[in-house]
Amino acid sequence: MRTTLPRGLLILTALCLSGCSRSAQNLVTLAGSTAFQPFAEKLAEVYLTTHPDAQVNVQGGGSAVGIQAALSGAADVGMADLLDLPPEASSLTSTAVAKDGIAIIVNPGNPVSSLTADEARSIFSGKTASWKEVGGHDATVRIISREEGSGTRRSFDALVLGGDKLASGALFENSNGTVREAVASDPEAISYLSIGLVNERVKAVAFGGIAPSNRNVKNGTYSLSRPVFFLTKGEPSPAARAFIDFVLSPVGQGILEKEGLIAVKE
Amino acid sequence: MDRFISRLLFLAACSSTAILALIALFIFMEGAPILFRSGFGHFLAGRTWAPLEGQFGILPFILGSLWVTAGSLLLGVPLGVACATYLAVFAPPRSALILKPAIELLAGIPSVVYGFLGVLWLAPLIRTHLGGPGLSILGASCVLAIMILPTIVSVSIDALQAVPRSYREGSLALGATEWQTTRRVVLRAARSGILAGVILGMGRAVGETMAVIMISGNATHIPGSILDSVRTLTANIAIEMGYAVGDHRRALFATGVVLFFFIMILNTAALRVARRKF
Repeated sequence: MRTTLPRGLLILTALCLSGCSRSAQNLVTLAGSTAFQPFAEKLAEVYLTTHPDAQVNVQGGGSAVGIQAALSGAADVGMADLLDLPPEASSLTSTAVAKDGIAIIVNPGNPVSSLTADEARSIFSGKTASWKEVGGHDATVRIISREEGSGTRRSFDALVLGGDKLASGALFENSNGTVREAVASDPEAISYLSIGLVNERVKAVAFGGIAPSNRNVKNGTYSLSRPVFFLTKGEPSPAARAFIDFVLSPVGQGILEKEGLIAVKE
Repeated sequence: MDRFISRLLFLAACSSTAILALIALFIFMEGAPILFRSGFGHFLAGRTWAPLEGQFGILPFILGSLWVTAGSLLLGVPLGVACATYLAVFAPPRSALILKPAIELLAGIPSVVYGFLGVLWLAPLIRTHLGGPGLSILGASCVLAIMILPTIVSVSIDALQAVPRSYREGSLALGATEWQTTRRVVLRAARSGILAGVILGMGRAVGETMAVIMISGNATHIPGSILDSVRTLTANIAIEMGYAVGDHRRALFATGVVLFFFIMILNTAALRVARRKF
């Protein structure tokens, strides 16, 4: 009865794949973070060109599903993009494979281009109601957040809000793409997004005087970032070990850098 | 052979009912424990939705579903019934030949396209002219009104065309004008059929998810005006299901239980009305 639907599906898929494959011991299944999923697919694609007999299966589901899948063994590797891993993940071996910065974004028409940590906290907790208070137009601040359970949301809440609660009137969008669209079309909106996904349709504001960029995350001056973890239960299988080693290798890390994430190893 | 076929058909009939029963059973098994554990009062009347902190109040979403549905009916029903009346009574055959398929085509447009149009075009329009976030009850109602139009129009046309010719002819023969006949005789006679169409449309409005997620803003508070953002029951399940585990997930299933009753009540009403003869 504890088996949840996504987990059930994962198990089914895993069973199917292991049943069909000629060499099940070469199969690596990854599941979890939807934010990291496209990067994992890219990594798998390159990995397979040099390891033709390996099989890598990348699934989404979200960070929470990644943790559950790693715990139940439905996936060899769980992916989670969380600032702090929840207590249930403490029995898992975690390896940070990349870092992802979070940028606070506003509409390009908004004159505000920098927020201090206190201002950001005050805005997102609903205490600052007007843009005027932080140097903008006399207009209501419209907060757009991510849905409950999102890895980006959890990390952002921990980093910016600390103990405060998100403003009760906040709007919610359920993906990075719709967040960006909502902010691009609303001159009074404020939200947050992975740095790699910021484009010219929105304006990323400096946080504590530091511009959000991968370089600033890397040198430690920009503080809004979260690690992406690969979670394994106990000792990973040789196939999984080989894939994780590849991701941490200069080639793997180079791919992540090129795709817009931040490498954890030089 | 006959008996074999009839058995086979009986089995087919049973299977659809069985599927419904299994779905109901599944939703209840997943959702009921938390409903009982945290109490119906906490769940149905609670105003705070903070699933990670154990707060599962879905009153804002119940109200959200009600508001959005009511709004879409308010906009969609007059338009739909007027449209059906024109097409069934007044339209020359040639324009009916073009208009009717065009309206039915609306039903074929995927809901994500409606949502997209709503976000890119309708929401900024509402925001600049009426204020508020744009992603609002009003926006969702407008989009849903268009989405339920085909249902209301086609069911209403059938109902209007089912009115016996003799009613019309009798009324016209007594000296009533075309409009008087339509309003006092034809529309009245087709009333229950039109109502069934409206209730079917209402069912669609309650169940619609994708377009509503995109255009309603999904805020978890109780809306103060029609320009406020709102979250419906269906949107709550769809938005958070991908990430939810444990109690959070069970609470979403419990939202499904509430939605299940919501829709069952509507469907029962629809059947009642449809069965009533005029």
